[in-house]
Amino acid sequence: MTIATDPPKASFRLSMLINATRYRSYTFQAIALLALIVVFSILGNNLAQNLAAAGLNISYEFLGDPAGYDINQQPIPYNSQDTHMRASVVGALNTLIVAFLACLTATVFGVIAGVLRLSNNWIISKLMSLYVEIFRNIPVLIWLIIIFTVTANVFAPIAEFRLPRDGSDPERTLIFGVMAFTNQGVFIPKLVFGDNGALVIYTFLASILGVFGLRRYARNKLFNEGKTVPVLLPALAILIVPTVLMYFVLGRPVGVDLPEMGRFRFEGGLQLRTSFIALWFALSIYTGAFIAENVRAGILAISKGQSEAAAALGLRSGRIMNLVILPQALRVIIPPLISQYLNITKNSSLAIAVGYMDLTGTLGGITLNQTGRAIESVLLLMLFYLTFSLTISALMNVYNNSIKLKER
Amino acid sequence: MSDTHAQTVAFVRHTEIPPAPPPAGQAGAVKWMRENLFSGPFNTVMTLLGVYIIYSLIVGIFPWIANSVWGVDNIRACREVTQGNGGACFAVIEQRWQQLLFGFEYPSTEYWRPTTAFVLLFVAVAPVLFLNLPRALLIFTGIYPFLAYWLIWGGIILIPITAALGFIVGYFAFKRLEHNSFAIGLFGAVAAAVLTWWLTDFLIQPATRGVLFGTDPDGMLRGLLYQPEVASRNMGGFMLNMILGTVCVSLSLPIGIALALGRQSHMPIIKWICVIFIEFIRGVPLITLLFVANVVLAYFFPPETTIDLILRVIIMITMFSSAYIAEVIRGGLAALPRGQYEAADSLGLDYAQATRLIIMPQALKISIPGSVNVAVGLFKDTTLVSVISMFDLVGMIRGPILSSTDWAGVYWELWAFAAALFFVVCYGISQYSQWLERKLQTGHR
Repeated sequence: MTIATDPPKASFRLSMLINATRYRSYTFQAIALLALIVVFSILGNNLAQNLAAAGLNISYEFLGDPAGYDINQQPIPYNSQDTHMRASVVGALNTLIVAFLACLTATVFGVIAGVLRLSNNWIISKLMSLYVEIFRNIPVLIWLIIIFTVTANVFAPIAEFRLPRDGSDPERTLIFGVMAFTNQGVFIPKLVFGDNGALVIYTFLASILGVFGLRRYARNKLFNEGKTVPVLLPALAILIVPTVLMYFVLGRPVGVDLPEMGRFRFEGGLQLRTSFIALWFALSIYTGAFIAENVRAGILAISKGQSEAAAALGLRSGRIMNLVILPQALRVIIPPLISQYLNITKNSSLAIAVGYMDLTGTLGGITLNQTGRAIESVLLLMLFYLTFSLTISALMNVYNNSIKLKER
Repeated sequence: MSDTHAQTVAFVRHTEIPPAPPPAGQAGAVKWMRENLFSGPFNTVMTLLGVYIIYSLIVGIFPWIANSVWGVDNIRACREVTQGNGGACFAVIEQRWQQLLFGFEYPSTEYWRPTTAFVLLFVAVAPVLFLNLPRALLIFTGIYPFLAYWLIWGGIILIPITAALGFIVGYFAFKRLEHNSFAIGLFGAVAAAVLTWWLTDFLIQPATRGVLFGTDPDGMLRGLLYQPEVASRNMGGFMLNMILGTVCVSLSLPIGIALALGRQSHMPIIKWICVIFIEFIRGVPLITLLFVANVVLAYFFPPETTIDLILRVIIMITMFSSAYIAEVIRGGLAALPRGQYEAADSLGLDYAQATRLIIMPQALKISIPGSVNVAVGLFKDTTLVSVISMFDLVGMIRGPILSSTDWAGVYWELWAFAAALFFVVCYGISQYSQWLERKLQTGHR
């Protein structure tokens, strides 16, 4: 019997850097790293030379200077004497506001259209296909401008709401006395918070948590003991009763400020500007078409056998949807849905085309043009969107892992 | 037995009843309508709602088209003709279609050149899109970029020819060196191409042009060899969208493949370079990248060089789309069963061979629909260049046309025209992708 010996150990030779698989990867990586360093140093060198030639330097001190421009939608107090930094924060908040609202409405549009597109009703399913195809195949920028033009041209001018001097009725009045669609935007009632107003809101938020708790309790009860707990009515009660109680106990700290026609313009209420309305609606209806496709694909991905099996077990159609179809369909729908939300956030930067003052309009627009700090502004702008996207992606990965099919 | 029957049953039919037609409510159009339109109260309401929506769409659009006005010079003349009957003023498209398609500075005597390039584009992409066409047509696909560049930008034909020459020499160098290893072939090809360009540089110098054409501007071969140059800043209209779309998509495919392979690689440094690049690009909106192209990128070029805005935009959009293409192709790579990689390894193929012969053909096939989606999205996104004041189709409409005294206020017609152009192209591409998907699906089973 021969004794197996180790193959002779090859000593390292220089040619192995190219020929031997185990060393070759180091060669390639070294080359890549070297190339990267060379490229970056050339770019950095060019940058330094160009900046020196233009007498500039990289500095973020401009963020502390007074901005000197107005922003027409201010979620936090701001005036033109405030700093560029504060202007950027206002812009960032405006981005988040329009993105958040557009995500909500786009989901509504998308789910409705996606479900209806699968309907047996021929006319409705064809109409929904038409909606999806038309909105998916035309650039969102064109939709944004069309909708902006419509809102600015089709709605009545504010002048028509004015009381004529002769005391006759104005041409137009507020809808239900609370809302007005004008060519300068939509006027809606505004909530005004008194001293303890925040407490009411907190109570309401707590009730929402309570509803989730109730659902979870009912679910556990159903799964563990097989008993069904009524959910709908108690949930409504939890949602409404504590908030209303709090509202009256604290002495009505939350009021409503209705828009009213003054002499020249509306006073009171909340003005949603045309640019905001157009951006919000355009993003929602455009992305809604994409979400509709995701929803449709998600529902179609669940095989018919699943619902048949559930029916054979004796579940009613509502239960089939809630317990069998939706949990599986959502696993397919949610990841692309989240990336649509990210698209909405990124597309909200189109605001600059209609003059909505989001972060791209303030930091990337006026601040950049006024200070001439192109590199700094654009870098900061990218950083904001990047942070936002990466945060959402990270959360999505956590979610995806939590709902992943657990196989063997 | 028949006797007992005879006593218990009064009548026995001996012949079959002829089949009767179904009741009127259970056949034909009525049945279809009952099943598909009025199958319940909810469905009936939805149907009526749908009919109402279609009715109001037709009522809204029909007079607009039926009473449309053609052949007048400005919006006031148009308003006189329509007299408020809601007719569209399509005269604006008749008057300004050249600007809408080519931008307002492209010389009108040269419109045939981009038009030819556009028509030839279909010939060039046909063999890529339809695999049953003769493969020899791919040669024209290879020639097309250089031809299209010469047609659209003009100038002396030697520039695209020397550029093509570099690629041809590089290709032969690759074929020659490939048997050593893929990497050596690749580096050899790049070196050969660069050498060719360096050697033929004198051909494209202005001095050569003087030798070729003399001082006589109407030389015999002038039309064939030289077309008047059109500067990049004069490109505009839908042509600009088409240029950006086609150039960036075709450039981003190879870059995207490289990035996807890099991201799958086992070499940590290369992997992380690709990951950071892809995630960075995908995390920021295209507009910020266009801002970079517009105001930042110039700082990174050597001093005293001037790079066209259109070239800078092409660089940034290509980076943008290659990151997205890379993710699509990564999906394709991930969808391949591990057995394919292992089978390639067990055949003794090295990485380059396995990738080229086994992995990529399958991964690309899987990722075609996704890539087409990216291409459609990118083509739509080319309208964003209007934000950095380039005059593409959207920029032309918003800028020169709607702000001219003749046509201020003709929104609907112009936007409908723009929307229709984009719809035709994007819908066409997505229909192609669905057709291909169906075809590939049957190929698998």
